[in-house]
Amino acid sequence: MTTLLSELAIGGSARIIRVTGSGAISMRLLEMGLTPGVTVSLLGVAPLGDPIELDVRGYRLSVRRSEAACVEIERV
Amino acid sequence: MSVTTERRTMTVALLGNPNTGKSTLFNGLVGVRQRVGNYPGVTVEKKVGRLEIAGRLFDLIDLPGTYSLAPRSPDEMIAVEVLLGRQTDVAPPDAVLCIVDSSNLERNLYLVSQVLELGIPTIIALNMMDVAASRGITIDVARLQQQLGVPVVPTRANHRQGLTELKAGLAGALPNQVAPSPKPFPEPFSAEVDALQACIERRGGGVLPRYLVERLLLDTGYLAQAGLPGVTPEVLQELHAARQRLESAGIPLPAVEAIARYQWVGQVLSGVIQRAAQPGLSRSDRLDRVLTHRVWGTLIFAALMVLVFQAVFRWAVPVMEWIDGGVSALGDAAAAWLPEGAVRSLLVDGVIAGAGGVLVFLPQIFVLFFFIAVLEDCGYMARAAYLMDRLMVRVGLSGKSFIPLLSSFACAIPGILAARVIEDRRDRLATMLVAPLMSCSARLPVYVLLIAAFIPPRHFLGGWVGLQGMTLLAMYGVGLLTAVLMALCLKRTLLRGATPPFVMELPPYKLPCARNVVYRMVDRGWAFVRRAGTLIVAVTVLVWAAAYYPHDAAEVETPYRAELARLDAELAALRDEPAGRAEPGPPRREVLEQQRDDLRNRVAGAYLHQSYLGRAGRWLEPLVRPLGWDWRVGCAVIASFPAREVVIGTLGVIYNLGAGQDEQSAPLRQRLREATWDDSGQPVFNVPVALSLMVFFALCAQCASTLVVMRRETNGWRWPAFTFCYMTGLAYVGALLVYQGARLLTGGDG
Repeated sequence: MTTLLSELAIGGSARIIRVTGSGAISMRLLEMGLTPGVTVSLLGVAPLGDPIELDVRGYRLSVRRSEAACVEIERV
Repeated sequence: MSVTTERRTMTVALLGNPNTGKSTLFNGLVGVRQRVGNYPGVTVEKKVGRLEIAGRLFDLIDLPGTYSLAPRSPDEMIAVEVLLGRQTDVAPPDAVLCIVDSSNLERNLYLVSQVLELGIPTIIALNMMDVAASRGITIDVARLQQQLGVPVVPTRANHRQGLTELKAGLAGALPNQVAPSPKPFPEPFSAEVDALQACIERRGGGVLPRYLVERLLLDTGYLAQAGLPGVTPEVLQELHAARQRLESAGIPLPAVEAIARYQWVGQVLSGVIQRAAQPGLSRSDRLDRVLTHRVWGTLIFAALMVLVFQAVFRWAVPVMEWIDGGVSALGDAAAAWLPEGAVRSLLVDGVIAGAGGVLVFLPQIFVLFFFIAVLEDCGYMARAAYLMDRLMVRVGLSGKSFIPLLSSFACAIPGILAARVIEDRRDRLATMLVAPLMSCSARLPVYVLLIAAFIPPRHFLGGWVGLQGMTLLAMYGVGLLTAVLMALCLKRTLLRGATPPFVMELPPYKLPCARNVVYRMVDRGWAFVRRAGTLIVAVTVLVWAAAYYPHDAAEVETPYRAELARLDAELAALRDEPAGRAEPGPPRREVLEQQRDDLRNRVAGAYLHQSYLGRAGRWLEPLVRPLGWDWRVGCAVIASFPAREVVIGTLGVIYNLGAGQDEQSAPLRQRLREATWDDSGQPVFNVPVALSLMVFFALCAQCASTLVVMRRETNGWRWPAFTFCYMTGLAYVGALLVYQGARLLTGGDG
């Protein structure tokens, strides 16, 4: 089922389908390793509900929910 | 190769992701032999270190830490221009030293793939092998070196391990190395790059480096408008067409770059990395679950911030007092040595007081940067930004602005220096521009004096809430609220732009390295003294001159001379009398000495009245009268523009008490209550005047050190000038509104 990275629940894992858009945010997400086919998992959420902490390619990445909404995923 | 070219200084660019230990490696390699400056026209710090290997000189250029060489702003363009030899004030690099984090090779090699494409000899420092090992990652270094085709040297920069091997690598391998040039992109993309490069050359742009042509095709936005030679409107049209051709061929832009490079990284790393079976969450992850927890994380963060704030606010004070005492003692010693006159006054009240005004900030800078360095080195700083981001976004900033703004409550100077961690230029500027609005510790004496003198000590709610304490809190609130509004305003007008990405690495926790911490403290402290010192002393000397000259002794002292001579004579006569004669009341000598000191202070006050500063104060009185101030208050305010805390001393001089007054001083408090207008004889100070003066001090940019530091950090006078104007303007309007408003409410008429 296709959804957005911003919708992922804590502890959930997903495979990236694609990063939409061509702006600075999309570029940065791609550079940081969020490329199609990569599996990410959501490790936690900041106390105020945003940003979120991800496990990407073996390291910890923090993104805002609005940024995570640029990433289409399928849950695994 | 001839002997002369052998002797040429080699230039090596140091590049790497953030959090890889790049600064530690730089300091380890060059030690103290480094120069710090700015690249022209941008806010990027230019750091160059000199090292000698086997009799040969190397200039090591420390480029800003970055995840990718995809410039999106003039600041980010610097690294690319330096590497391509297009930055005019840096020699084209003979080699690149690229530092990578062994525990996170996959993402670090993304940058390496870009660097290798530049065609410059490259050497890789494989740093933090110990961290990788602790996480069960084993790396086959020989195989990695073979796959990359460039020397790979394992290092532990924190422990100064591997530096010798790295130097040997720099000296030996580099000059002869033929750099491999990986071609990760699919064929149609490379063909379009070739075509575009030819097209630009035909338009008279010369041969634009292939890497830049690639970037033109990939990056929308900045680079097309960066004014690269040969990039004409026709080329931009061709660029657009090329992008459409690629899209229809099924090559997604700009994603193709990341896809292709990570594919290349995967090939390079095949057979290089072995991971032990993951034993669940790592120690760093378990720590993170607590430190970013909704309740515990917030509590720990709040406790840490209270600790930092308290430390800067309170712990630095004894050392500051010690410095203050040392400076006063030096001034007294100089005063005793030199004959009375202009030279003595210049040295004591101008130079020594001015230099002391700079040095006194050092303890706060040291204490704050001790904490910042520890928090950054152990990996907590990124979490602080993570925790506070949501809150700061509402103000138009990001989580990274929180620590700089909080530290500004103690002192704006370390706060502005701490804003360097913010990569986005607009966010960094907005943070620096509002930082001086936070009520710093130098404002506290002014608040304390005026509140103690004029705000009645009433208590409410059974003594829990006092009017004086609430007034103090309100002053801090005025600064904070204005800063929030100003930040919102700036981000909507002058510093408008797309919200910068927050996408940020959360590095694993580790123990801080003492060498790094000490280095950061000394580095920041020294930079402040060197850059700010000279100018602040100059400004202080100017204000001193305004308050001292014309110093017409004949005009000022004549009315007092007879009285002073009489008191001196009586005192001299007393000294000759035998002691021990009992008298009722205080001894006559003390009474006489008190009278003489009063008279001397009146003379000092008369000198100020006559001085250029005094004249300026009286000339400006029409301007400050709507704020409820007389010319004396105006003088004190003008004199406190270099450093606001001098206002207490100046008020002491103006109200004829001598300059050695502090905010606890009962006589100064009393004298302020008794001060009257020259014309009407009405008291100058009342509650509205005290409030207007406090609000003025809360909002005004009365700190030359802050403005000088801002000049250094923004690489120009434009932003400090803007800050000075907007803050002084706000201060005037704020004081006017408060005075007139309070007068209406209290029904008083001044």
